[in-house]
Amino acid sequence: MDWTALWLSVRLAATTTLVLLAVGVPIAYWIVFSPWRWKFLVEAIVALPLVLPPTVLGFYVLMAIGPLSPLGRAYTRLAGHGLPFTFQGLLVASVLYSLPFAVQPFSAEFASVDRRLIEASWSLGVSRFATFRRVIMPLSIRGLVTGVVLSFAHTLGEFGVVLMVGGNLPGVTRTVSISIYDAVQSLDYRAASRTSLLLLVVSFIVLTFTYALQRSIWIRARH
Amino acid sequence: MDQSAALTTLRLDVAQRFASGFAVDAALDVALAPGSMLVLFGPSAAGKTTVLRHVAGLERADRGTVVFDGEVWCDVTRKLWLPTQRRRVGVVFQQPTLFPHLTVRDNIRYGVSSTPVAEVAGVLGTLDLENRYPRELSGGEAQRVALARALSPRPRLLLLDEPFAALDAPTRLRLRRDVRGLLQALGTPAILVTHDRTEALAMGDTIAVVIGGRVRQVGPIADVFSRPGGADVAASLGIEAVLPARVRRTSDGLIEIDVDHVPLHVAERDALAPGSDVYACIRAEDVTLETRAAAHASARNHLAARVVSITSEGPIDRVALDCGFPLDALITRRSRDELQLGPGAYVTAAIKATSVHLIPRV
Repeated sequence: MDWTALWLSVRLAATTTLVLLAVGVPIAYWIVFSPWRWKFLVEAIVALPLVLPPTVLGFYVLMAIGPLSPLGRAYTRLAGHGLPFTFQGLLVASVLYSLPFAVQPFSAEFASVDRRLIEASWSLGVSRFATFRRVIMPLSIRGLVTGVVLSFAHTLGEFGVVLMVGGNLPGVTRTVSISIYDAVQSLDYRAASRTSLLLLVVSFIVLTFTYALQRSIWIRARH
Repeated sequence: MDQSAALTTLRLDVAQRFASGFAVDAALDVALAPGSMLVLFGPSAAGKTTVLRHVAGLERADRGTVVFDGEVWCDVTRKLWLPTQRRRVGVVFQQPTLFPHLTVRDNIRYGVSSTPVAEVAGVLGTLDLENRYPRELSGGEAQRVALARALSPRPRLLLLDEPFAALDAPTRLRLRRDVRGLLQALGTPAILVTHDRTEALAMGDTIAVVIGGRVRQVGPIADVFSRPGGADVAASLGIEAVLPARVRRTSDGLIEIDVDHVPLHVAERDALAPGSDVYACIRAEDVTLETRAAAHASARNHLAARVVSITSEGPIDRVALDCGFPLDALITRRSRDELQLGPGAYVTAAIKATSVHLIPRV
């Protein structure tokens, strides 16, 4: 079992999930509550990773953060090294790749909060931000947990984007899925099978948890 | 609050068109006394709720202004907008929209940091609900909590959007009375949206009739009911005469009321205490006319009346009478000819005690 790769994948998935929580919640809120009539464009962009081949996404991310782009050059000046083939580069790619898995459950849940509860809160003198914190968030726990779990699971299993952006550096960018690929390439089916089984079990548990939560009777948020 | 405080004015003139095609273009200019109630009355989908939402700051007008107590809440031309949070209005919706994840206590204290005043706490009466969650409340209890929550921050104006509509009749009657008493105790004026005529009469001081997205008539409730300004307003208000009256005494299943010093006998349906204020509603088709009082008629009320005018409504004539108070009677043309009625004629108007419907004021 490639424990180094597994640990790297868990670290990457956890960090990506945290970033997505911080970035995805405001995006989801904006998508649900903005009166802007062209906001479907943003929704479409957020959903792109669902349909794009990971290689295509990986290719564009590589271009965007590479030494030829202004972004890549600015990062190199600040950090002293480039983004591609680093953990940070992988993080950027993973966040983009898993964005819809966070934003869509968040926004679906925000949208399902009774509009009149929000208006009641406003009429009681409570600001929009405090209303979000005190009413919308507590009533969206399920969607938030679903988004977090799906982001984590999706990042844990990603392959194509990682390969394009991160390459295959042990301990730096060789994630568990790449480790499996490597094992198969070198005909080490025993290692590949062990790691695959682990990933399968983890994914199954995560999804079971998510679906159980959707049907749950232990979070009674709505009347 | 000081009961002698000056009237609060609400001036509203807003137009808004919705994507669905529904449009409002409503103007309203009213003075609200402390503790008084303005009723926005009209048929369903007339735009009453939309007007209320403009006052609350929950809708953005395409054009127009909202000015409350001299304070500009909305002026589209000058790009002025006071958000809902800073208007200090309380809102109670038709369904009690309590925060489902908070207890009753936390719901009531949601908009305030301190314990609400005794009057507000009193709306819950002796009910011990503080630690319960909204899903554990009955409809009436939930609406009381919603009311307490809306009043806790001591709003300058309370907005009620058909808050009693979803309740059963006994609960509705009790809550109406409690709301009315509470608003008077606090001195908070309120606007009530309703399509229920009885509710408008029972609770309102002033009425604004909303039809087709427009405010068609505004005035004291008895004035608007007795002099509707237009056929559609009259139709929406109903066809009965609505007369302010006071209960004198009750005996033998009859209530004696006083309408402009004229006594009327009414069959007792609900117990009413002497001295209480009511509206007496009489349909024009229930008023019969006689040239002189019949010796043994079953009608309890025989009123000396003078014919003021007669207007033809197809085969039926509407006879406007003065019996000490204004009253209409509907008669056929043949009856009119037989009675030889004309303006100025003296007749007896007979009304059965069971034809007078009383609406108690709360």
